[in-house]
Amino acid sequence: MGNEAIARGALEAGVNVAAAYPGTPSSEVIENLAAVAKERNLYVEWSTNEKVAVEVAAAASFSGLRSMCVMKQNGVNVASDFLLHLTASGTRGGIVLVSCEDPGALSSVNEGESRYFARMLEMPLLEPADFQEAKDLTKWAFELSEKIHNIVMLRSVTRMSHASGNVVCGKLPNKIPQARFVYDGPLTDPLTGPVISTPVGLKHKLQQEKLKTAGKLFEKSPFNKYFGPPKPQFLIVTSSACFLYSREALSMLNLQKRVGILKLGCTWPLPEKLLKKYLRLTKNIMIVEEVLPFMEENIKVLAASYPKEIGVKSFYGKIDGTFPSVGELNPDVVAEALAKIMKVKYKTLPASYAQELRKVAAVIPPRDQTFCPGCPHRASFWNINAALKLDGREGFVCGDIGCYAMAALTPAIGFHTVRTLHSMGSGTGLASGFAKLDMFGFEKPVLSVCGDSTFYHAVIPALINAQHNKADITFIVLDNAGTAMTGFQPHPGLTMSAVGETVPAVDIGKICAAIGAKVEVSDPFDLETTTKKLNALLEEKGNPKVLILKQICALSPEKKGKKQYEVKVNEELCLGEDCGCNRLCTRIFRCPALTWDKAKKKAVVDEVICAGCGFCAAICPQGAIIKKEVVAS
Amino acid sequence: MKQLLAKDPTNIVITGVGGQGNVMASRVLAGMLVDKGFYVTIGETFGMSQRGGSVMSHLRVSQKSAWSPQIPLGQADIIVALEPSEALRVLSRWGNPDVAVLSNNRVVYPIGVITGDYDYPDEDKIKNIFAKLTAKSWMIDATSVAMEMGNPVLSNIVMIGALAKTALLPIDRHAFEKEINKNVAADKRNANLAAFDAGAKMV
Repeated sequence: MGNEAIARGALEAGVNVAAAYPGTPSSEVIENLAAVAKERNLYVEWSTNEKVAVEVAAAASFSGLRSMCVMKQNGVNVASDFLLHLTASGTRGGIVLVSCEDPGALSSVNEGESRYFARMLEMPLLEPADFQEAKDLTKWAFELSEKIHNIVMLRSVTRMSHASGNVVCGKLPNKIPQARFVYDGPLTDPLTGPVISTPVGLKHKLQQEKLKTAGKLFEKSPFNKYFGPPKPQFLIVTSSACFLYSREALSMLNLQKRVGILKLGCTWPLPEKLLKKYLRLTKNIMIVEEVLPFMEENIKVLAASYPKEIGVKSFYGKIDGTFPSVGELNPDVVAEALAKIMKVKYKTLPASYAQELRKVAAVIPPRDQTFCPGCPHRASFWNINAALKLDGREGFVCGDIGCYAMAALTPAIGFHTVRTLHSMGSGTGLASGFAKLDMFGFEKPVLSVCGDSTFYHAVIPALINAQHNKADITFIVLDNAGTAMTGFQPHPGLTMSAVGETVPAVDIGKICAAIGAKVEVSDPFDLETTTKKLNALLEEKGNPKVLILKQICALSPEKKGKKQYEVKVNEELCLGEDCGCNRLCTRIFRCPALTWDKAKKKAVVDEVICAGCGFCAAICPQGAIIKKEVVAS
Repeated sequence: MKQLLAKDPTNIVITGVGGQGNVMASRVLAGMLVDKGFYVTIGETFGMSQRGGSVMSHLRVSQKSAWSPQIPLGQADIIVALEPSEALRVLSRWGNPDVAVLSNNRVVYPIGVITGDYDYPDEDKIKNIFAKLTAKSWMIDATSVAMEMGNPVLSNIVMIGALAKTALLPIDRHAFEKEINKNVAADKRNANLAAFDAGAKMV
């Protein structure tokens, strides 16, 4: 896996410290390092958020060690404030920031792009184009960082991080370094003095010189490589997974002898001489990249800066609409664009067969995402919906980032309660703002939800804000005991660290109480009690109120495959379509395990899929869903 | 000695629904092929996949190099489906007249079918589509066999056993045993081997 290759590259570079906040598609880098932490003498941690992760890694770098911090695209936004200062102060031991991004938002609520941070914060950017490079480029990133004494950013994408391929491993070093933080030197010497971003003029200039040095090193880097004929009719400039797409597109169109590919592993600053050399080869330049036209803009600026050396070009990319401006690319998209411009035939299926396939597509039922069988979130939103209905004042929920974000993506999943969804922690910040609009006639009760890991990451300042400003919000923590969406990484609320050590748990309820909020705790699988508690909180006026809904994720290792209840539908009690409930269980509740027998016209539990949470027994007005506690044998 | 592929790259799609062991199946298969000396590129779409959605792994098997982790449309050589409507979904995009399909017949109803908004095609209809639009196809009841063995999630390995028996790929029981000895906990190896053997008997 690409993420394993990145972890291996870091190990071969002799990384000592690694810190991250989980986020798809980045999480496996740290998981792989944590698994060998003892054996390789590493310090590995899951940090509270990405900014803290970079700070933890930076401390190691300041002390002469090699360190890395890993995050998904959004994490770079979170870390950017510290990064702005870090790139100015400079670093010592090799430090690498790995950003694993998600073009097409396959597992994100945005397709944010962090390459611009490399340009904006003036740090070098590397992008591996295959699995071997994911390892080798990561290793080299540490060397580069140590050469220029600044942090280096390595960007991967889902189709690299979550794709797998053959990698030839190198040797692992056997050094046990000593951490030593030197700070007694002159203020103006970043290598022996205090590590600070001032004096600004001096440090900023130094930072820019470092970037120039990186650019020079890029000119000779083997990670920038040309594939194709000596005199191509057409040149593709690309990086990352788009290199694999471009190469495949040439193979699909049989254009290898006419089109060249310049694959860049070093994408900021651009290796200018190298680009001048290849841009001269042909008039037609295609830039293949995902999300925003970062490389395209940079190459165009370069071409405009050296018109005599480079000449007048026709550029094909995102800006002229050759490629779509949103979503991920793939070999088909590149081949189609290239076929059109090069006027070659794009191989397609026989027309009659293609028509038959379209007929097939029409009979396949769509498979929408939903909460898993036994998911506590389904129960929580059912509770919230029930309480809001009873409350009767049209209350609504501000959502947050986690599996429970699906409640906003597809209203039917969250039973039409979640109305906003933005970044980590933003639900409670927004709720705090909505609650202060009462002076403008806004009377609806305002709720917010967040998961346990999200609470530590970014919600605490928003909750303090609500308390300080007397915002009347009802804040619900969906505590499922782990960073569930990304694969159960531990967080500060648990008693286990990234490497399996016992650590003290930081209690969410106590934090909320210390802030001054009224705190209630309930089990979302207990419908009656939870709804009652929530309604009582909604009726209280004044400061923030907190309800912590505790129930372990159905997929957590300690729960998975173990049913608490055997659940069955009593066919005699189930009234089916005649019930008057309008099939509450199968039309509204939407659990994949609670299905509908079309022939019998009754609800039926699929025992293979059912996780045995037993919650559905509480929602059937006929009491036809029967749960029986499973006795451990 | 390396066995040759019928086509280079050979493109395989393994598909199913979140939680069916799709990713594990693709890794086991890739491990067996890498061990034979092939380059295998796997592209996976997961992350949200546990949440009831479709899961798909693209495997590109080659003697020459890594390929794109996404197979171009219409270019699957083999489709292995842990769920029959997912077989159709993949066929409708990556199918071609030469494709071979091996599908489990155990249905996992999408939410839209449970709510009554959509119909699920019946097994005969699916078999007819396979007969019409594929070069070879097999529909087996892998989940029932896995349940008899005590764990429905073993259906992914039943499917791998069946795939080996089709002889579409240069893989066999020996390669499977070698792979699980490397990557599966000792107490689970026998169950996996039994599932593989059961699958091999089903085609």
